[in-house]
Formats: sequence, structure tokens, C-alpha cells
Amino acid sequence: MGISLQTFSTASEAQAALGVSGARYMGGGTLVVRAVNEGDLLFSTIVRTTDPALSAIGTSDAGVRIGASVTMSMVLAHPGLSYLAPAARAVGGPAVRNMATVGGNLFAPAPYGDFTVALLALDAKVSISGSGEMALEAFLQERDSLGASALVTSVTFAAPTPDSFRFLKVSRVHPKGAAVLTIAADIREEAGSVVQARIALGCMADRAIRAHAAEVALVGRPRTKEGIAPALTAALEGIAPPTDAIASAWYRREVLPVHLGRLLLS
Amino acid sequence: MAKISVQFTLNGSERAEFVESGTTLLAALRDKMDDTSPKGGCHQGACGACTVMIDGELRLSCLTLAETCNGAQIRTTAGLANGEVLHPLQRAFEDAFAAQCGFCTPGMIMAAAALLERNPNPDRADVVEAISGNVCRCTGYEPIIQAVLLAARANSTSAA
Repeated sequence: MGISLQTFSTASEAQAALGVSGARYMGGGTLVVRAVNEGDLLFSTIVRTTDPALSAIGTSDAGVRIGASVTMSMVLAHPGLSYLAPAARAVGGPAVRNMATVGGNLFAPAPYGDFTVALLALDAKVSISGSGEMALEAFLQERDSLGASALVTSVTFAAPTPDSFRFLKVSRVHPKGAAVLTIAADIREEAGSVVQARIALGCMADRAIRAHAAEVALVGRPRTKEGIAPALTAALEGIAPPTDAIASAWYRREVLPVHLGRLLLS
Repeated sequence: MAKISVQFTLNGSERAEFVESGTTLLAALRDKMDDTSPKGGCHQGACGACTVMIDGELRLSCLTLAETCNGAQIRTTAGLANGEVLHPLQRAFEDAFAAQCGFCTPGMIMAAAALLERNPNPDRADVVEAISGNVCRCTGYEPIIQAVLLAARANSTSAA
């Protein structure tokens, strides 16, 4: 069975086309064309849109909106998104970054999806054509049951305060390689204590997850070796890291507290 | 499956072909347009052997559908030399013994060409980052890094 490609000038037209059985949406192609190359027979029609609204980045005091078709290279080039540059740079080499989109990254399975980990720590919301907004954390849990016609159009979030956002990707192949684990954290402090913490983990489940227990354990304590110790223990709660060619579940579990500790103390 | 037409500029020449819908740019280039310089390695976006430039941007031709390239300017390693005169990167790869089996070489050279067009005087870290999406299983990378730096020096010398 061959593959047909349908290109639409608006997101709403593309969304309508996704309602047909066997259709799948394509952003930059790094996931969908890869599936085609691997002989995926679950879809026969590829749908895409050239809607310029999906390639727009907007930054203002009200927040940040990144279109789903924005590539990692576009994020890297945007002066107002410098805090996201380490996460965008963590996605593949230069050619992949020219193709891989923010929207597509939301669907990347572990050990991929590094950028989504960063968005999760920023408490991003996902806009879906025709369905409104939903929290990224809920979207990640429900994305497989949203239906094929759910078309992500953008992500929105409030920019972190200066120096509050941290990102770390650990890989065995340098400078680029699939993740052993990825951690992003937005930590706000006042008077020497943590007052707000959002910690997101990649490769600790089949998709990015929040480390809620670690966040609770961190709030109210100083960001010192002793102060973060309960959070490092709590970070292991609820995780189910995968075993793959990069690392075993046991290894990922063992090194998570080490790397989370380094990130929190950095 | 009905065939569809694709039409783009390949290394300065207007090209048009009929391909099956869903054909990758890599397959169109190699099987329809006799440009076998991009290589099919992993077909997953992991090895970089198929790297080309589309409208001046580095892309992976194995993950690009040919029909999305209509009207585009496509450049491959096959179009770098000026007749019998090798491109400075090709000459540097030869001089620095940066190719062993040669399978990764076209992708490496395109990644390096994109770097030098953007940054004519890269340092070693710039080169490492530029080829970070390209896998070589022969050289250990160091001869490739040195070749790119050699080509950059040659360019700056000739421009002086």
C-alpha cells in the first residue's frame, strides 16, 4: 500500500482531513517519515499544513506562544527564548534541528522528546485545533486517546524568571546521542528557601513526566546538599524508566538522584 | 498508486520526475535523478549520511518527502566541485585523509559546507557541533575535524 500526502494551507483544513481513517499528521517528518521508512502500515495518508500561524513565535509580558511547526533551529535563533536553547540544542544534529518541530516533539517516545521535558517544567499548555487548551501534563497522559483528528497548533507558557530554569540531558554519545535521562527544573527561591519547584523528567517513563513528590519535598527547604536530599529520594517515586539500547531501567533509576542533585545545586 | 510529479533545482539544474507519492527525497535523488552522492544509512535520522541542503538549510533527505520539495533549491555533494576542480572541503578531506570507507563523507561534507557558509572561521568546537548529526565508524572523527578546519584556513587564505 502506498502513502499519499495531502498539504493544506490552513490548520483547520488539515484537522478536517485527519478525520479520515488512516490519516496521520506530519510536522517536520522526523517521526512520521521515519515510520514510513520502517514500514509502518497503520496509516496510508500523511496530512500536513503550511499555515504560517503554526510557524510563529510570540513573546510578550503575557507569555510565550510557540507554533507547533516551529523548528528547534527557530527556537535556537530566537533571542527571547535563550533559556530554551539548551533543550532545543539537545535535539539531534543541525539537520534534524532544521526539521524537528515543537509540536512533533510532544509525540516523541522515550528516549526522545527532550524539548517536551523542558516545556513540562515550564507548565506549558497545549492548544489543539477545535478543542481549546489543555495542560501539557494532561496532554501527555491522554495523547494516545485524543483521536487522530487532534491537531496541536501551539504551546504556551509563562517565561521563567532569570536563572530559575535549568535543563540537563545525559547521553553516552557526545556531543549528541539519545538520552539516558533528561531533567528540566524551574526553581523559584526567596530568602534562601525554595518557594516553588517544577521538575520534569525524561526517560523515567515512556514519555515525559513531572516529579511531583520531589517538588513537594523541595519547597520550603534551602537549595543545599542537605536541603535537596529528601527531594532526591522522592524523585524515585512513580517512575518507570524504560530499558532500551541506551540504558537499562536499573541504571536510569540509579543515576537519576545523582544528576538531579547536580542540576539542583548548579 | 498514481505517480506524482516533483520538480526542483538540483545543483543548479532544473529537474522534474514522476515518483510514487510517499517517495523520499533520498530515493528520488538516487533512483530517479542519478545523484548517488547522498547515502542511505539508517533511514531513521540518526546517521546523517543522506544530508543535503534544501533552500540553504541542512536537511536529511531520507526523512524528507520528495513532493514537499517542489520548487526548492537542492544541493548535494555531487554539485560542489567546479568541473574538475574540487571544492575546498573535498580537497581538504583528501589531503587530511578524512575518508576511509567514504560512506559518511558526502553527508559530512554537506554538514561542513553549511557550517563554513554560516561561519567561515570556525573553531574546533564549532566543527564538532556542525558534524554532530553525522556518524563515522572509520576515522574516529579527528581527521574529519582537521579537514574542515583545513578547508576553512584555505578559504580564508585565498580570500586574503
